[in-house]
Amino acid sequence: MTPLLDVKGIAKRYGRHIGCADVSFDLWPGEVMGIVGESGSGKSTLLNCLAGHLAPDAGEVWFDTRVDGPKDTLKMGEPERRMLSRTDWAFVHQHARDGLRMGVSAGGNVGERLMAVGARNYGTIRHQAIDWLGRVEISEERVDDRPTTFSGGMQQRLQIARNLVTGPRLVFMDEPTGGLDVSVQARLLDLLRGLVRDMGLSAIVVTHDLAVVRLLADRLMVMKDGQVVETGLTDQVLDDPQHGYTQLLVSSVLQV
Amino acid sequence: MNFVQDGPMIQVTNLSKTFTLHNQGAAEIAVMEGADLSVAAAECVALVGVSGAGKSTLMRMIYGNYLAASGTITVGGLDVTQAAPREILSLRRVTLGYVSQFLRVVPRVPTLDVVAEPLLTLGVDVTEARDRAKAMLDRVNLPERLWGLSPTTFSGGEQQRVNVARGFIHAYPALLLDEPTASLDGANREVVLSLIEEAKARGAAIVGIFHDEEARDRVCDRQIDVSAFARRRAA
Repeated sequence: MTPLLDVKGIAKRYGRHIGCADVSFDLWPGEVMGIVGESGSGKSTLLNCLAGHLAPDAGEVWFDTRVDGPKDTLKMGEPERRMLSRTDWAFVHQHARDGLRMGVSAGGNVGERLMAVGARNYGTIRHQAIDWLGRVEISEERVDDRPTTFSGGMQQRLQIARNLVTGPRLVFMDEPTGGLDVSVQARLLDLLRGLVRDMGLSAIVVTHDLAVVRLLADRLMVMKDGQVVETGLTDQVLDDPQHGYTQLLVSSVLQV
Repeated sequence: MNFVQDGPMIQVTNLSKTFTLHNQGAAEIAVMEGADLSVAAAECVALVGVSGAGKSTLMRMIYGNYLAASGTITVGGLDVTQAAPREILSLRRVTLGYVSQFLRVVPRVPTLDVVAEPLLTLGVDVTEARDRAKAMLDRVNLPERLWGLSPTTFSGGEQQRVNVARGFIHAYPALLLDEPTASLDGANREVVLSLIEEAKARGAAIVGIFHDEEARDRVCDRQIDVSAFARRRAA
């Protein structure tokens, strides 16, 4: 078996400041990896380097492509990488408006991604769009409404539908439940868990919320000052943290 | 993954555990040393010892929840202390069940789905998984009106039964039971003890912690006093 993603020595500097340094890990099909750390720990920099939104200064990101097997996505040409980000990859932004077209209907937002991979039949596209709105619990009646008329939680679910409609194998998520009400967070977490399980998705989830990773991620990576200080099974890292920083992080969570 | 079936299902050898508290002067607390345990298929072994002797710690190490300082723990032939995360995840899905004292679930998910989840992760069809979850919830006498509700608001005894239902819904070859009869009344305690006896009968290797001595004597074949492995706080 080959890992779906094999990351080797990713480093990114902003001038003299270290974004992230020498990050290596692999991700296997069906696994969800959480990346936690405080603001400025480099977790978002790393995610953006992996997803091809930022060019790292060093390192390799090997992805097991459907046709050619493992390829270093950083060495791919722009058209090939763009195709990957429309098909096998998906990116869920913290702010749904960064991942949605706010001037286009909900159905259009989902259908657009299908059209980008060659779907042309209007009936089929609309049917698939409605199917996906249903899966993320958005009523069919809202298919022609713009996301501007949606609540924050609905916008986030629409963004997820738009991302998953093409059946990606790897989803990058940047604080997917950030900024949502706690009650909406729970519903979104349950939805994501079900989708991950049913579609066999692999995902990399960046968050500062330890409760979110406990429920969503199989594995955990803890970052501080651009470095990975600890990795392991999520429950093991949270219940028996080895690094001083992780111990501080875990013991700082407010209990309810 | 390789399952070696000729040895004991669960084998702990010369295991030690140390906690290092980096934010409290790097205090090192050695809690266990030289722990040995061997559990064969169809056998139930009780961990005994005073509170703080390390019963739960040992159980959590077998589950891969706590890291070992040294020694080996094999479950179904896999050395948990050396295994990659994905191997432990697969072990937990297929081979090693755990009924803990705590119920950790996504809020607002119905009890029925919480109990069916281990089957869904094994790829069992959703209708069958729900049917088996219903049968199991029925067995542990959880009223049907609660099945559609999240267990987060349930009483201790009800949550305990949800945990038990979740832990017994799949025929795990190895099981860890942390106080499975705690906070249960007579009838429900009886149900859990029968579930344990049935699991043994089908060949499960079981490690249990029971404060309920009568229950322990009934289902356990032997007991191991973990106080023998306890270490005093290092200077």
